[in-house]
Amino acid sequence: MSVTTIQAPPVGARRKPGELGDKIFQAMCMGAGGFVLILLGAIIVTLFLGGLPAFERFGAEFIWGTVWDPVEGQEEFGAGVSILGTLTSSVLAIIFAVPVAFGIAFFLTELSPQWLKRPLGTAIELLAAVPSIIYGMWGLFIVVPFVQMNIQFAFGDQLAAIPLIGFLFESTNFAGTSLFSASIVLAIMILPFIAATMRDVFDQVPPVYKESAYGLGATRWEVMTGVVIPYTRISVVGGIMLGLGRALGETMAVTFVIGNANRIATSLFDSTTTIASVIAMEFPESLSGSLQQSALFAIGFLLFVISFFVLALSRYLLRPRLK
Amino acid sequence: MNDHIQPVAEAGPSMSGLQARSSAKLNSVARISVRNLDFVYADGLPKALKGINLDIPDRQVTGMIGPSGCGKSTLLRVLNRMYSLYPGQKATGEVMMDGRNLIDAGVDINELRSKIGMVFQKPTPFPMTIYENIAFGVRLHEKLSKSQMDQRVEWALSRAAIWGEVKDRLNTNAMGLSGGQQQRLCIARTIAVRPEVILFDEPTSALDPISTLKIEELIDELKQDFTIVIVTHNMQQAARCADQVAFFYLGELIEVSPAAEMFTAPKEQKTQEYITGRFG
Amino acid sequence: MSTTTLPVMPPRDVAQQRRLGQRRKLVDRLVMYFCVAATIVGLFFLASIMATLLWRGLVALDWIVLTREFEPTRYGDDSLPKGGLSHAIVGSLIQTAIATAIGTPIGLLVGTYLSEYAGKSNFGYAVRFISDILLSAPSVLIGLFIYQLVVLPQGGFSGFAGALALAIIVIPVVVRTTEDMLQLIPNTLREAVVALGAPKWKMITLVAWRAALSGIMTGILLAFARIMGETAPLLLTSFGNNVLSTDLSRAMASLPVAIYQHANSGFPDLIEIAWSGALLVTLGVLLINIIARVALRKRA
Repeated sequence: MSVTTIQAPPVGARRKPGELGDKIFQAMCMGAGGFVLILLGAIIVTLFLGGLPAFERFGAEFIWGTVWDPVEGQEEFGAGVSILGTLTSSVLAIIFAVPVAFGIAFFLTELSPQWLKRPLGTAIELLAAVPSIIYGMWGLFIVVPFVQMNIQFAFGDQLAAIPLIGFLFESTNFAGTSLFSASIVLAIMILPFIAATMRDVFDQVPPVYKESAYGLGATRWEVMTGVVIPYTRISVVGGIMLGLGRALGETMAVTFVIGNANRIATSLFDSTTTIASVIAMEFPESLSGSLQQSALFAIGFLLFVISFFVLALSRYLLRPRLK
Repeated sequence: MNDHIQPVAEAGPSMSGLQARSSAKLNSVARISVRNLDFVYADGLPKALKGINLDIPDRQVTGMIGPSGCGKSTLLRVLNRMYSLYPGQKATGEVMMDGRNLIDAGVDINELRSKIGMVFQKPTPFPMTIYENIAFGVRLHEKLSKSQMDQRVEWALSRAAIWGEVKDRLNTNAMGLSGGQQQRLCIARTIAVRPEVILFDEPTSALDPISTLKIEELIDELKQDFTIVIVTHNMQQAARCADQVAFFYLGELIEVSPAAEMFTAPKEQKTQEYITGRFG
Repeated sequence: MSTTTLPVMPPRDVAQQRRLGQRRKLVDRLVMYFCVAATIVGLFFLASIMATLLWRGLVALDWIVLTREFEPTRYGDDSLPKGGLSHAIVGSLIQTAIATAIGTPIGLLVGTYLSEYAGKSNFGYAVRFISDILLSAPSVLIGLFIYQLVVLPQGGFSGFAGALALAIIVIPVVVRTTEDMLQLIPNTLREAVVALGAPKWKMITLVAWRAALSGIMTGILLAFARIMGETAPLLLTSFGNNVLSTDLSRAMASLPVAIYQHANSGFPDLIEIAWSGALLVTLGVLLINIIARVALRKRA
């Protein structure tokens, strides 16, 4: 019997358990998290401080004032037009985008053949990835002439003849850049966001609930309205809010097509402006420390407040629900 | 043959007539006859059901047993065409009811499902009130006045033995009911459409023993008026509820016998092994 | 249990059910047509954008656009030199690269914190919430922020300021994907590492990050693609420059800003150059997106 001796493996110096490393790493991660909080706080404070001179000068009237006159010596600023333009263009965009987004989401979850789902889903996601300046250029060179020639000029007069709401279509604007064009371009931009959110939300409904409704003899549309939408209602609204949040802050796409005129649009075909496009148009040329610059910071602050609330609401509605 | 005339039942099953019960003897009238039924989940996959032949007797309970993946639930999902929701799944053969092959392409699936209801493994109350849950299915197929609908809801909930527990809270959300109550609500929702056949897919597997007992009593009561097919993994349940029992194994129907015979004197070796717990 | 008090249900009105069924099926079919139409409309927009870009962008896209700097309009006089976008391409690459380099580590740490440390703490909830808000916050306001914080004190627009503004946009994108990807790692893997006696930070850096690597890389790529097309914040920070400059302390050109300025110039020859720039940016962004998605899919 031969005794095989197994050599004891070499032993290295015992390492200390990584307690210190753990503490440092956790502190780094937490610090980075804290940095994000500070970042948002700093953005709010900076915008507010930047806008303070304008707020002090014009008071609360700044919010609804409609004059925006940067000419030296007679400077007067009010955010009314741009706030109204921001809200109306975004809300119109939502009105245009939601039905189409719903149709796409319904198609993707219930109707599309399996092989088509992935390429279609990718196409919609790519639409979301196209930079906003491209939407702006495309809007300016394709949508604006189309809207002008085929909608405003073609139907504007007939529509304007409708009693009571006719004024919404009555416009003397010949530039083509209008609230309507901006809403269309915005709608196309936010379409993929809303569609993708709705699709994800619809996919979360457990199949057995849908089968229960099918088991009662319901059609696809009845299953959608009877079961899927009641289930996902809150998240669907959250998805729409997310789209609204995007639309409110969108800059380049709107700047190209809205006309950038500081006047309230009484008609869909009038030019107007939004907060984000006023900032993009005027800020690079404004003098540092001028009242104009402060007014731009001030409307930036207002935009931040508005979109913060919309996005926060969206996050709240879209939070993962306990089952 | 694909004429586009739908099968018409002259009238629904009599809802009040009592039927003489005899568990020993099977009703010789078959409500549904399955002949040479094959099923695949997708092209190229092995058959999930192979040459099934089975008669489902009118107004009696047919229990389907067998180990997981044996095909019993698959057969259930063929009977009301639930599989048609999923592209690629395909059944061939005959499933005859009222002189019509249910798996023909021309069959009106929605109407078929109003005649063959289904209750699922887990309770699936819809996110709405108790009343609306029941009315949902009825509205799909019938136009009823408010008072007729009230009557229908009460009738269905009573038949499902849950009326007493919910009559004071019809307008509360159905999600607030207990698991057993939810399942009886789902049974009521199915009954309310007034099907002729009710399919149960392991209806008690998510419930506690007391709720299970209530559902079993209910099934026994319902077979007066409805033809019932129940898939279960619980052999005691099959013995308690079923008049006829079918044993499936690896996609094949091994044996079908009256319940009393199946559990006392099975004809097949495989059945014997399964019911004595040697596999499965 | 007595059923005797129950009313007897009249026989089903089959004819009525049929009629109702016809209508229900018609409604169902109409909705289906609408959904198909909606999907076609969505695809049509994507196709229209791509077709416009190719049609108008390819006209002027040549070697000169890629290699020359800005030249003013030629007013149709072909003897004058044709301009290009090389200054903008270089500027964009520099700024996006620096932004990604700054934003990624921060985003990675925050995502790691949310997935591995935060649990259900209020602080973690707040960080996640704020990061998600930043993800969709108007980017022009980030430009304003950096202007006040960097451009004003420095006394002028700079490439560095542009990179910082973009870095703020990178952070929440990387946070979101990092947290999501780390969440996909099964706890058993974490437990197996810790059971060997490894401290948590080594478990995370040596195993968890590696297991989630392709997902995290995807997030970084998507963030990179996102800032490649950002225009508004750069207008207020790096402003743009007509000559090639690699000096981070001075105004620096970028492709999106150059496109914006060319497109708004009103001169047809400059608008042509804007289109070719737009084609370049879009192809770049979409290509990175497709690569990122394919990489992610392979993993799943």
